[in-house]
Amino acid sequence: MISKTSESAAAALADVADGATIMIGGFGLAGQPMQLIDALLEQGATDLTVVSNNAGNGDTGLAALIGARRVRKIVCSFPRQTDSHIFDALYRSGGIELELVPQGNLAERIRAAGAGIGAFFTPTGFGTALAEGKETRTIGGRDFVLEHPLFADVALISAYRADRLGNLTYRKTSRNFGPIMAGAAATTVVQVDRVVEAGDLDPEAVVTPGIFVNRIVVTGDRFDREEWADVR
Amino acid sequence: MSAEPSSSTSWTRNEIAARLARDIPDGAYVNLGIGLPTLVSNFLPSDREIILHTENGMLGMGPEAAEGQIDPDLINAGKIPVTELPGASYFHHGDSFGMMRGGHLDVCVLGAFQVSKTGDLANWSTGAPDAIPAVGGAMDLAIGAKQVFVMMELASKKGVSKLVETCTYPLTGLGCVDRLYTDRAVFELSTDGATVIELVGATTIDELQGLTGLELRYRKIPE
Repeated sequence: MISKTSESAAAALADVADGATIMIGGFGLAGQPMQLIDALLEQGATDLTVVSNNAGNGDTGLAALIGARRVRKIVCSFPRQTDSHIFDALYRSGGIELELVPQGNLAERIRAAGAGIGAFFTPTGFGTALAEGKETRTIGGRDFVLEHPLFADVALISAYRADRLGNLTYRKTSRNFGPIMAGAAATTVVQVDRVVEAGDLDPEAVVTPGIFVNRIVVTGDRFDREEWADVR
Repeated sequence: MSAEPSSSTSWTRNEIAARLARDIPDGAYVNLGIGLPTLVSNFLPSDREIILHTENGMLGMGPEAAEGQIDPDLINAGKIPVTELPGASYFHHGDSFGMMRGGHLDVCVLGAFQVSKTGDLANWSTGAPDAIPAVGGAMDLAIGAKQVFVMMELASKKGVSKLVETCTYPLTGLGCVDRLYTDRAVFELSTDGATVIELVGATTIDELQGLTGLELRYRKIPE
């Protein structure tokens, strides 16, 4: 019988290797898989390349991983935020490499990796500094830039519910990069509030089918946490 | 909300937003960029149903969440807690940017550092050597709607025109801006250059040509 549920976040991440490319879901704090990132911090893998929309907020999660000097390079669209002081300081001192990618190209490169697309032409970024050195083509009178897929060894994402097969549902805008990152990694680890019986998720409402998910870590109900007090 | 009264030759930011909002038709799917463009949401005509898109994965976005309504899973592209309206939908980033790139949005409203007379946009970086670069969805939004509107003050705080012959700041997109709403005038931009379609108060074409250093056409468009 298939059961993708891990006994702990530590067990789910035990085999992450030094030098690995890690995708981390989330847009700001929404959908950021905090418990998995904490487990990765604890686990010790270093020299990582991280693919994520932002470069950490405040002092926790991805910001803490960067602050612990475990990230060699970050691929993201929007590192600079009001609370990105850890990344900002490290970047200014030359302690971290940055590949800046327009957000839609970042999403599509991730999606392309999961969908078996070799590369694709996108209009976004044409004629700008972020397309410098890239192949371009005019198709149907419109100018495009060639972009390549982004693969990862491990994707860390956050969802709402899973069943033991790894079918996932999400909550509101915390879905963001989760579904596309799940397809782009050799191993996808998801943190969810709760795992339900197979058949308890409406098949019509499943957003990420279990084929894209390898390991599930249960974190407990988010509504028990202070941040969700208003919507409990 | 009503726009506060202005001086005789310029609009306030709220008045620019109010003027722009009048050009968004009933039934339009619209993305309002971070910063100045979010003001537009305060002036959307109440007799029109306008669906707001936020690129982090939602259509049917409602107003900012009030105290006591904060849901960490429900934020806008500026990472501010928002609300959902009846008929809202959620989707992942691939679909969200597909909506933009695929030309499904009707209008996108952006701020700018500079706009060229042919509609080139510079709004993501001032090119300062010590600045940490961050682009977010700016380049995707620039090409991501049937019509791209920019709202900004026509001149910088130092009095230098931000509508220019050629952008000197790093570009966000080429020839992508259709209309430019400023405190002094509304412009239509195309490969032929800039056309003034509305003058604010007693502002004259001569004044605008003096400020921008551009040759400007004038063609009043009835609203």
